[in-house]
Amino acid sequence: MKRINFFTSIIATILLVSVTNAQSNEERGLQIAKAAEKADEGFGSSIVELQMTLKNKNGQTSERFLTTRTLELTADGDKSMIVFESPKDVKGTATLTFTHKVGADDQWLYLPSIKRVKRISSNNKSGPFVGSEFAYEDLSSQEVEKYAYKFLKEEGDFLLVEQDPVDPKSGYTRRIVTYNKNKGYRLEKVEFYDRKNALLKTLSYSDYKRYKNKFWRAGTFTMVNHQSNKETVLKFGEYNFGAELAEEDFTEVALKRAGS
Amino acid sequence: MNAIKKTKNATNAFAKNWANFVIKYKWPVLLLTILLAMGLGSQGKMEFDGDYHVFFSESNPELEAFDALQEKYTKDDNIIVVLAPKNGDVFTKPNLIAIEELTAAAWNTPYSSRVDAVTNFQHTSAQGDDLYVDDLSYDSANKTEAEIKEIRKKALKEPLLVHRIINEEGSVTAINVTVRLPGENSAAEIPEVTIATRDMISKFQEKHPEFDVYTTGLVPLNTAFFESSQKDLMLTMVMLLIVVIVTLILTRNIFATLATLFVVLFSIISAVGFIGLNGIKLTPPSAVFPTMILTLAVADSIHILITYLQKVRKDGLEKKEALVESMRLNFMPVFITSLTTVIGFLTLNFGDVPPFWDLGNIVAFGMCMAFLFSTTTLPALMAIFPIWKSKKAQQKESKIGWYTNLGMFVVKQPVRLTIISIVVIGVLTFLAKKNIFNDEFVEYFDTSVQFRQDSDFINENLTGFYNVELSVGSGESGGINNPEYLSKLNEFENWLEDQPEVVHVNAFSEVARRVNRSMHGDDESYYRVPDNREEAAQYLLLYELSLPFGLDLNNQINVDKSESRVTVTLENNSSAEMIAFAERSEKWLRDNAPESMHALAVSPTLMFSKLGFRQADSMLKGNIIALILISLVLMIALRNVKLGLLSIIPNVAPVLVGFGLWYLLKGTINTGMVIVFGMTLGIIVDDTVHFMSKFLRARRELGYDAKAAIIYAFETVGKALVTTTLVLLAGFVVLSTSSFALNSYMARITVIIILAALIIDFILLPSLLILVSREKEEIKTTSKVQMQLDK
Repeated sequence: MKRINFFTSIIATILLVSVTNAQSNEERGLQIAKAAEKADEGFGSSIVELQMTLKNKNGQTSERFLTTRTLELTADGDKSMIVFESPKDVKGTATLTFTHKVGADDQWLYLPSIKRVKRISSNNKSGPFVGSEFAYEDLSSQEVEKYAYKFLKEEGDFLLVEQDPVDPKSGYTRRIVTYNKNKGYRLEKVEFYDRKNALLKTLSYSDYKRYKNKFWRAGTFTMVNHQSNKETVLKFGEYNFGAELAEEDFTEVALKRAGS
Repeated sequence: MNAIKKTKNATNAFAKNWANFVIKYKWPVLLLTILLAMGLGSQGKMEFDGDYHVFFSESNPELEAFDALQEKYTKDDNIIVVLAPKNGDVFTKPNLIAIEELTAAAWNTPYSSRVDAVTNFQHTSAQGDDLYVDDLSYDSANKTEAEIKEIRKKALKEPLLVHRIINEEGSVTAINVTVRLPGENSAAEIPEVTIATRDMISKFQEKHPEFDVYTTGLVPLNTAFFESSQKDLMLTMVMLLIVVIVTLILTRNIFATLATLFVVLFSIISAVGFIGLNGIKLTPPSAVFPTMILTLAVADSIHILITYLQKVRKDGLEKKEALVESMRLNFMPVFITSLTTVIGFLTLNFGDVPPFWDLGNIVAFGMCMAFLFSTTTLPALMAIFPIWKSKKAQQKESKIGWYTNLGMFVVKQPVRLTIISIVVIGVLTFLAKKNIFNDEFVEYFDTSVQFRQDSDFINENLTGFYNVELSVGSGESGGINNPEYLSKLNEFENWLEDQPEVVHVNAFSEVARRVNRSMHGDDESYYRVPDNREEAAQYLLLYELSLPFGLDLNNQINVDKSESRVTVTLENNSSAEMIAFAERSEKWLRDNAPESMHALAVSPTLMFSKLGFRQADSMLKGNIIALILISLVLMIALRNVKLGLLSIIPNVAPVLVGFGLWYLLKGTINTGMVIVFGMTLGIIVDDTVHFMSKFLRARRELGYDAKAAIIYAFETVGKALVTTTLVLLAGFVVLSTSSFALNSYMARITVIIILAALIIDFILLPSLLILVSREKEEIKTTSKVQMQLDK
């Protein structure tokens, strides 16, 4: 731990000297996060289908099919809805999430079997999402306010920024995020460090596609857990930015409708 | 007869030439052997492996099944830290704060993947219409007295906690730290975790002296293995001291003692080289190798030295002559006894427990080197060292009288002694069969070991350390939500709970019941598995979405949601009871559940329970081969088929007697003791060889009759046999002080067997030789008649 701090401080010193505008690494980190947010601003709403493949150490796999709807909001965090298409026994189950810039997110789940909407205890969002290697917090909207930032280094087009979660219940001590500054600050890779500051998972983004000449969306998310050797792959279909979703598509009523 | 004489002369000539060569080139020989020992030693590396997996061969089916289960869910080892607050109540504000603190610290354990404590238990409750899942006691510092009372009530009602994380009285609680060792280098990973855990606990105890802390679990078990290997290695020092003292007493010569020390140390150094060259990692059973080599190797040197010194002191021979003569007399016996010992130890490879393969191979190699050094370094050194001829005939051979008397006593009543011996051996053999296998790994450590003390406390006050796991399948993807599966699993869970030895059951059906209840406003009548598959699946989805980092269900259900894991915690049980319980559980599933739900019971505990049986089965072949090979060696060495066959009786009987007496002393045997037959056979056979060869020499060369030959044998080798037996006993008595039962029990029974071997060789063997010789006379005459007829 000490050594890492020492190491990063050396890098920081070198960078401080070399970077002409002598801003602090914290400022620069935040600036990059904001730039990334800005680059993706204005997409409005999107719908995408995705296939989630869970793989264990032995290569046994299990699949789930989902549809995600997202509504961009600027005053507060985005709203999103995830509907399960398969496995059969959870078909129609849907989650509705209101991300908040400050404080815990709100989340509801619609259970078609009992035709009821249940609120999900919002204290815990560090657990795995439907048995996958993604935690709920990895999938939710990445609001700038949820992390403290520290710029680490620049490697060609890549900018590496350390992000420390503000939420004390997060499963991570920090994440190291790689932005691609020439491709609209899209994410290339995220490394997750667990509570004992050991590398836990790596998320790689690939098969990027640019929509509307502006918005970069990865076709594949690959999350590898280095400690359990399990893996989860998300394969996204074509993004639909033309659905023009509105606030009324993200209500409890809409949640029930989406599920049935 | 001529041919025999020829071979005898040939070996004599060979031994003489060898001795002359060594003495002539004493400096180069010494230098070469030093170079050999140091060369081997430089390759030496002593690494320890404490991972309990080392006890199981790769083909062990129980290990395969257990690994398969771990691959399916999570591969985990654990550390159970048990806290017993001195005020006897876990549920006070300061105590809960302390537990929360330690839980947070436990997340920093290297390789940790999960920490379960009473405070972070994910309690499910209904809040209005919503499912609320949260830590049972989060931020305890801000709880009111009433809230703490409520927490206590919830905790002591929670089936997942009681008898696992908390005891019924709420006075003792556990923090279970699950670690996921990469398994790339267990010799480094386990100490890393242990150091971190110990550090964490000592810091905690400093800050919170109001708690008593105990630790157990698989990682501490591994550590205990690790540390007992190192401790047993230290026994070498004690044995070395004994070797010096014994050699000094027997030879009364400082140079002889020094030379012996060189031989045994070179043998051990070479063995260490062997370990390094073969990349063997030491484990508790194999870490006793230096003591074994010391014990066995010193006998070679003592035989050669005693004869040498006798020739100088008594017969007044010159140094060189005496050395050559001693080498001539001892070369063959030392060679044969080394050979039989090597054969005995090599048969350990037939077993199914890898640490004993290592022990067998290391000691066998060490014994080969001991033979080499005893016949090169030893005479070379003795040739270099001066010999002080002092006080001639200072020793009156007073003891000879004693051995002669013993011989006379036996010769007078061979029939009676044979009958008495056979009756005693028969009774003890009968008793020997009544020993039962018991490999309880907690009891591998005696009560002086911290791990054992802590485990015993935890066993008595909180939960069990023994467990059995089953992966119960549903036969279809997502099938764990099938109501039929769930209700059958629930039945199985109930059946398990009813078993007398069961302390705790952790099954997925419990999760299903609990969530169902909370989904119905905490209504107790819904504390049952859901009766609709969609409901079950969707409740599970909701529940899983509500769990925090590290406390998910991935350790309990597989990715495909087609199988779930049932973990049964048991009281301390003997191996036989463990195996019976596992079979009973498997049978219940076979009799009551559809085929897809049939499962194998697996666990480290169960693997150890079956280890003794597997080892015994696999060693049987090895033992028979050892017996055949060693009997063959004897036939060749004695040049007598009949006596070779006869020797089987005094060679096998000590083991039977040993186990018979063991039944009276203890009654249970462990894996370590299974190897005893092959191992001791190679050692005790020496007594028989020496006695029979002297007997035959008297008959063949001196023309004595059977009785006189027996007395001659007693007079000539009686003392030597007692001496080597004493050395062997010393070595194994040292080993029997080990705190590790696989070693200490093995050493104890070896002590009994070696002692029994001496007694049998002094009572039964001579009696049999006399009886057989009587018949022999008759046979001889008949065969003569036969030969004449042939002509």
